[in-house]
Amino acid sequence: MELITRRRNFLPLAGFLVCLVAALSYFFFFYQFPVTRDLPWTAWLLFALGLGLLGAGLARAFRRRDVYRGRVTGSILAVLSLALLGLFVFATTIGSRQMPAAEGAPKVGEKAPDFTLQDTQGRSVRLYDLLGPAAGGSGPSSSWAVLVFYRGYW
Amino acid sequence: MDTPEQLREHQARMGWKFPLLSDTQGEAVRAYDLLHRVSDEQVVSRPGEFLVDPTGTVRWVDLTEDYRVRARPETLLAAFDRVNAMPR
Repeated sequence: MELITRRRNFLPLAGFLVCLVAALSYFFFFYQFPVTRDLPWTAWLLFALGLGLLGAGLARAFRRRDVYRGRVTGSILAVLSLALLGLFVFATTIGSRQMPAAEGAPKVGEKAPDFTLQDTQGRSVRLYDLLGPAAGGSGPSSSWAVLVFYRGYW
Repeated sequence: MDTPEQLREHQARMGWKFPLLSDTQGEAVRAYDLLHRVSDEQVVSRPGEFLVDPTGTVRWVDLTEDYRVRARPETLLAAFDRVNAMPR
């Protein structure tokens, strides 16, 4: 009887790692640029590549099981990759839309509520002072203002 | 909400020149109805941008439906040009 050593099958692991890179690179790198953040196409491409590698790896593990290993570990990695994809899709479609409607936020034509907050140097900053006398503030000049409320830690 | 110290670090790292204001009590966030309670312990601001003219009137608002997607600078500048072109 011949003892045949089956070859290691690196494709499923490569596929899983590419899927991991797809998710992590989005949140840690591509998130910085609106062109890759708004629509996470870089992540989609990498997930497609990763799942392609997994598919190829599983195909040869199952169809040529006499030559290639990896049916069990490949299957586990495939499940993990699909779970990762599912989490990513959820986070970037439903998860990032879970916000209150902000119906009470001032609309165009309404007055912007005044506030006084501390800046990074510990100074008090009052909105109406920045805007000037036309808003009822005590600043010397008139100015427009852009208020950017951000979520904090993205 | 970020403290003044956290904002200072952020500002130093990013090199921003505009004022960063700390709203740890949520005073402004509440006044603008942007309070978002994400958990029992954590409260953040819902994202929003407002263009305010010198009389204190809001002239443009962006309340994104997806906190990953924010208004781009070009959009804000175009809005500013548009409202400035309008007769008062």
